[in-house]
Amino acid sequence: MTAHVITSPRFKENAHEAMLSPPLQKAMGNVERNFIERRAQAAANLPEFEALRDAARDIKTHTLKHLDLYLEAYERKVTEAGGHVHWAADADAANKIVLDICRKAGARTVTKGKSMISEEIGLNGFLEANGVTPVETDLGEYIIQLRGEAPSHIIAPAVHVNKEEVEAEFRRVHTHLDPKRDLSEPTSLLAEARGELRQKFLAADVGITGANFLIAETGTSVIVTNEGNGDLTQILPRVHVVIASLEKITPTLEDASQILRVLARSATGQEMSVYTTFSTGPRRPGDPDGPEEYHVVLLDNGRSAMLGTEFEDMLRCIRCGACMNHCPVYHAIGGHAYGWVYPGPMGAVLTPTLIGVEKGGHLPNASTFCGRCESVCPMRIPLPKLMRHWREREFERHLTPPTARWSLKTWAFFATRPRLYRLATRVAMGTLGMLGRGSGRFRSLPLASGWTKYRDMPAPQGSTFQAEWAKRRRAA
Amino acid sequence: MTATRDAILNRVRRNLGVSGTDVTRRAAVADRITRAPAGVVPARGQLDPADRVALFVAKAEGVQATTERVASAADVPAAVADFLRRHNLPQRVRIGADPRLAGLDWAVGAGVEVLSGPSDGSDLVCVSHAAAGVAETGTLVLTSGPDNPTTLNFLPDVHVVVVDAGTIGGDYETVWRDLRARLGKGVMPRTVNFVTGPSRSADIEQTLLLGAHGPRSLHVIVTG
Repeated sequence: MTAHVITSPRFKENAHEAMLSPPLQKAMGNVERNFIERRAQAAANLPEFEALRDAARDIKTHTLKHLDLYLEAYERKVTEAGGHVHWAADADAANKIVLDICRKAGARTVTKGKSMISEEIGLNGFLEANGVTPVETDLGEYIIQLRGEAPSHIIAPAVHVNKEEVEAEFRRVHTHLDPKRDLSEPTSLLAEARGELRQKFLAADVGITGANFLIAETGTSVIVTNEGNGDLTQILPRVHVVIASLEKITPTLEDASQILRVLARSATGQEMSVYTTFSTGPRRPGDPDGPEEYHVVLLDNGRSAMLGTEFEDMLRCIRCGACMNHCPVYHAIGGHAYGWVYPGPMGAVLTPTLIGVEKGGHLPNASTFCGRCESVCPMRIPLPKLMRHWREREFERHLTPPTARWSLKTWAFFATRPRLYRLATRVAMGTLGMLGRGSGRFRSLPLASGWTKYRDMPAPQGSTFQAEWAKRRRAA
Repeated sequence: MTATRDAILNRVRRNLGVSGTDVTRRAAVADRITRAPAGVVPARGQLDPADRVALFVAKAEGVQATTERVASAADVPAAVADFLRRHNLPQRVRIGADPRLAGLDWAVGAGVEVLSGPSDGSDLVCVSHAAAGVAETGTLVLTSGPDNPTTLNFLPDVHVVVVDAGTIGGDYETVWRDLRARLGKGVMPRTVNFVTGPSRSADIEQTLLLGAHGPRSLHVIVTG
C-alpha cells in the first residue's frame, strides 16, 4: 500500500475540500492552539535562543559549503566503526538497497522508526510489493499506515485524525482482541498500540530509522523521538538500517548539540525531546544487545542539485515543523492538501524541487507572505523568498494561467507609465464608485469573479490612493 | 556502488564550484572536526556543583521524572526496595554488569531479587547506572555495553536510573568532553542515550500521554 500518489497538481481542489471538512478544521485548531504557544514559551525561557539560531544557521551553511569533504569524513568513521555506507542517487536506488539488505537478512517483517525520507522515497509500498512487510512504530505513523494515508504533518503525522477514527481503525485491524473492549479514551488507544507493537518490535528481523543528524567527527547517526519507538526499532532486530539524505551531515557532536537546542523547542516546545540517541556502528564485542549489522543509506535525490542555487538555503532545514505550525494557510487546509509528503511552507519550497515545478508549482503560491514561517524557522531559512523564486520560475516557464499572465502584463504596462496609470485608476475608481453608489458593494464584477465568488467587492469611495497621498504631502 | 558515490560527490563539487583537493577547504574541515568548537552554551547550567544538581533535579521533575537523593551508593538498594513497595511493584529488578550496581548488597529488608543481563521485554523494572547527567535540561546520559545494556532503558515499564551527583554537568558539551577523555577522540560507544523524562506521545488529538513505547515512568536516584 503506497499512499503517496502525488496530488499536488490539484492543490486548489484539495484545499477547497479541506476547508469544507469540519473534523479537519477542528484538528487544525489544535495545531494552531498548541504548537505556537509552546514554542513561544520555550524560546522565551532560553535567553540564548536567538544566538543559538544564528549558530545553528552558520553551522549548516559551513557544512553545506564543505559537504563533499564532510561526507567523506563521515563515511570513513562509519566504516571504522564497522558499519556500511551505501550511496543512492535517487529514490529507486535507495529502495533497492534497502530491499537488498532485507533479503540478505532473510527479513519477512521490518519495524520502522518515523522517517520522512522513507515517505519521500515511498519505501513502504516498495517493500510490500516485494514481499517484505514494513511496520510503522511511531504511534502517528502507525495510525496513518493502517489508514493508508501519507502524513499530514512532518512531526505529527496523524494530526488530522480524531480519536474516534483511531478507535475505528484499531477495531478494524486488531480483530484478535475483545470486541467489547473500551477504547473511548486516548490512554486506552495508546495502551493497545503499545501492546500490539511490542510484539512486532521483538519479532522484526530488520529495523529502519531515519536520522536527524549524521556526525562526521564520529560516524554517528542521531535520532530524536519522544515515544522510544525509534530505539526499540534499532536495538532489537539483528540489522539496523539508517536512511538519510546528504544534508543531514553535521561536523561534530558539539555542532549537533547546538542544533538540538533549537530543534525540540521549535518543534513541540519541549526543551529536549525524551530520547536523543547517538548510534555508532554495530554491536561491539561483549555487548549483550544492539544490532549485529549497521547500514547507512545516503540519499541524494535532488539535494546535490540544490547546492549552488538559490534553493541551497533550504538544505539547512531540520524538519522541526515550526513553519507549518505557524502558517495561516496550513492552519486553513491541513497537510494533505499539499498533495505529497512535505506540507506547509517548507513543503512549498521543497516539493517543486523534488517532484518538479510542473507538478508542485501551485504550492509556492499558497502563501500570504506574512513571514511568520521565516520568523520562527530555527535555521533562519528565508522561506518566503524561496517561494518567490519558485513563482518567478513558474512565470518564466509559462506555467502561470493565461489570465494571470495577461493581467500582470496589463498592470505592468500601466505601472511603467505613471501618468497613464494615474489617469486609468482615476477613471476606473470614479466609474466603480458611481456604479456602486446604491449598495456600496458589488456582488459580481467582470474579470474579478475569483474575488466576488466568495465575498463582495466594496465600491471605492473618494479619490485614488495616489491622489490622497499627493494631497496630504501638499498639506504637510 | 563506488560509481554512484563518486558521481554524487562530483555533483556536489561541481554545483558548489569547488575542488575536493583544495587545501584550504580540507584544512577548514579538519580543523573544525579536531577542535569541535563549543558555540553558544546556555548560562543556566553554569553553576556550582550543589546548584547544578538542584537544577538537574528540577528540570527532570519538570518533564515528569520522579527523583530522590541518597547519601551514598550503598543506600541505593534500600531506596529501590522502598520505591518498589511504594508503587506496589514486585521486589524484582534487572540490572547489567555495572559494578556500581552489581557490587551493592541487594539483600536489604526482605531482599530485592536481582536479575542480570539484557532484557527480553518481560521485566517490569530495570535499574541502570547513568554515565552522567546534564543539568540544563534534566537529561540522563546512558552508554551501551555489558555494564548497562541498552534494552534496559527501553523495554521495562519502570526505569530506575542511578546517577552520581559528581557526574552531573551543566551542559551537553561537558558530556562530550568527558567521553573523549574516556574513549579517545572520534570514538563513541555503540549507543549513547540522552533520556529526558519518561516516554510519551501526543499523536492522538495532541493529548500528551506518558508511556508510549518506552518506560511509562522514570525514577532517578541521585547519589552523593
